[in-house]
Amino acid sequence: MAHQWRSRIVSIVCVAVAACLAVNTAAQTPELRWGGDAEGGAPFVEADPSDPTRVVGFEVDIAQMLAEGLGRTPRFIQTGFTTIDASVARGDFDIGLSGIEDSFARRTRLAVTLPYYRFREILTVRAVDAPLYRTLADLRGRRVATLASTLAFDLLTAGEKEHGLVVVPYEDDVHPYTDLAVGRVDAVLLDQVLAERGVQRNPGLTNQPTSMGVGYYVGILAPENVALRNAIDAILKQAMRDGRLEAIFRRWKMWNDDQASLYARVTADESGSVPPTAGIAAQLSVWDATTRYFPSLLTAAVITLVLSVLSMALAILIGVLIASGRVYGPAPVRAVLTAWVELIRGTPLLLQLFVIYYGLATVVQLPAFLAALIGLGLNYGAYESEIYRSALEAVPAGQLDAARTLGFSDRQTLILIRGPQALRLALAPMTNDFVALLKDSSLVSLITVVELTKQTTIFASNIGSWFVPGLVCAALYLVLSLPVSHLARRLERTWRRA
Amino acid sequence: MAAGVTVLAIRDLEVRRGARHVVRGMSLDVARGELLAVMGASGAGKTSVLRAVAGLDPIAAGTVAVDGLHLSAGPLPRGEALRALHQRVGMVFQFHHLFEHLTAVHNVWLALVHVQRQPQPEAERKARELLQHLGVGARADAVPRELSGGEAQRVAIARALAVGPPLLLMDEPTASLDPARRGELAATLKQLASEGRTIVVATHDEEFARACAHRVLIMDEGRVAR
Repeated sequence: MAHQWRSRIVSIVCVAVAACLAVNTAAQTPELRWGGDAEGGAPFVEADPSDPTRVVGFEVDIAQMLAEGLGRTPRFIQTGFTTIDASVARGDFDIGLSGIEDSFARRTRLAVTLPYYRFREILTVRAVDAPLYRTLADLRGRRVATLASTLAFDLLTAGEKEHGLVVVPYEDDVHPYTDLAVGRVDAVLLDQVLAERGVQRNPGLTNQPTSMGVGYYVGILAPENVALRNAIDAILKQAMRDGRLEAIFRRWKMWNDDQASLYARVTADESGSVPPTAGIAAQLSVWDATTRYFPSLLTAAVITLVLSVLSMALAILIGVLIASGRVYGPAPVRAVLTAWVELIRGTPLLLQLFVIYYGLATVVQLPAFLAALIGLGLNYGAYESEIYRSALEAVPAGQLDAARTLGFSDRQTLILIRGPQALRLALAPMTNDFVALLKDSSLVSLITVVELTKQTTIFASNIGSWFVPGLVCAALYLVLSLPVSHLARRLERTWRRA
Repeated sequence: MAAGVTVLAIRDLEVRRGARHVVRGMSLDVARGELLAVMGASGAGKTSVLRAVAGLDPIAAGTVAVDGLHLSAGPLPRGEALRALHQRVGMVFQFHHLFEHLTAVHNVWLALVHVQRQPQPEAERKARELLQHLGVGARADAVPRELSGGEAQRVAIARALAVGPPLLLMDEPTASLDPARRGELAATLKQLASEGRTIVVATHDEEFARACAHRVLIMDEGRVAR
């Protein structure tokens, strides 16, 4: 009996040790961490509609194929599209795969894989406008949407000077097409993968047949990861030869003759050199790039300043009205205004901007700048109202009694006695809010207003580094905000002396 | 004292603070040029009587007549009724409540310009004369926080008198004054009364009351005790 027990214990221990070893082996299988933006959607990367914890898309399939070739387990890391370059460079993941375009800047700053997909840049227009807008030259004075920091954006920026069109950069690749459908822009220039998806989702749009440029999707790695990049290139070449890449692109209905000729060229070239990409600007030195971008950064800084000043003026007006209603109004007015303030303060500014610009687009198509102004004004108006309400309530009640005994009406008391004293109390927090608004105005780039931060992002993407653009941008924000703080301090000192 | 014409007539006045009666069944006549001191312990109802007469607290029952203008139970006077009342009644508060963002002279002329619609240069000239008359002409351009307690009180008196009310109410005017300043205030009030101004002073300060008042009234628990 004792022997039987001993045998059982030995068996259990053996099974447990074996299980531990198996778990350890699995845990020790190296991962291939790959970064992409699931917001980009199908066919690139998107959350699986049947299981949102998984991602699907051709990039997912390519990552799986590369991981298998390397003997690793793929692990997806969600990253905003515009920060994939910076994230891979700092080692957040091994490779970025998310419809990333080949560019000179990327080749000089990162380790770039062989191109695995060739795309054409094509114009999408409303079907009724198809005979009118066939090329960029037909779009003089018209608004043309695209995704910022892309080859299409570079082509349009060149077209802006050459053909006098107006470039409207978006942060995502969905809203250019919805805004084209509702008439906010007159055309969209993006790669054919996005263009075909845009036309499928928005009846009434059509793609023009002429190609405006050609580009390639590549994977990007940190510059020191050359060995891994070379291993990945070998896997890509093999997959081009044995048809695995073709199978992936056929599964996602993206295969065409362009890919066959690309693969033939890539696999024939033993040196591994990359085909030249049309439309890529030559790499500039940081100094040349800074000199070239500085005027557009200054223009963007002026937009930031004008937008912030106008939004603050609107916020002050709204704040004064709400605060007056909350201090002097009857109970139902006070309740409605309190609920409004809580609603605005309790929801993100970004959401409010989206609702005003995109959510209301079917009812009223506000120009982007006006939508930004209203969004910032409404949002900051709620915060201002709380400052003014508490400042009004901080004026001693005895002074209000004194005003009443002198025969002042409530309105006169507010304008002559309570308001001016409340303004002095509110000045410091108002200055704070203005500086915060100046910085929060960067959010409006998401509704296509190119302000200082957005222009800096474009600058940084094009030179492939955030260091100099970040410093220039920070300096410009300081130039905008320091005089305001200085003026407020002077006013406070003057009032204290008075 | 020019006795005879009644400037303030209070009949069966009741004032409540919440459910509590702070003034109950008070009746009183004050004649033109009379300086009346209302005395009593804290909570006796002195300040509540002044605030009801000044239209700052609602009257629960009874009537108040100031120089022919009648106030009765109901909501506080507003608009024209408020203006009419404050052409007849001025009030000086225990803590003065000067408008802190304005100079002394600006405190005094503000109501002349914005309530009585007088031209500003004329209003400012009158304000300076009044401050001079009350002995604080040299402090006309100081802001309230630069004034001593006595100076602030004189500016507050000038502010209340500027609009020319026949009745001046003062709440605890000696609370922040040293004995010398108290003496000066008593002299100032006597002079104002001798010029025909009717003055009602709520105070704990028996010595001050006896020194300047023509008549002293004692309140206890919201009623006139004697």
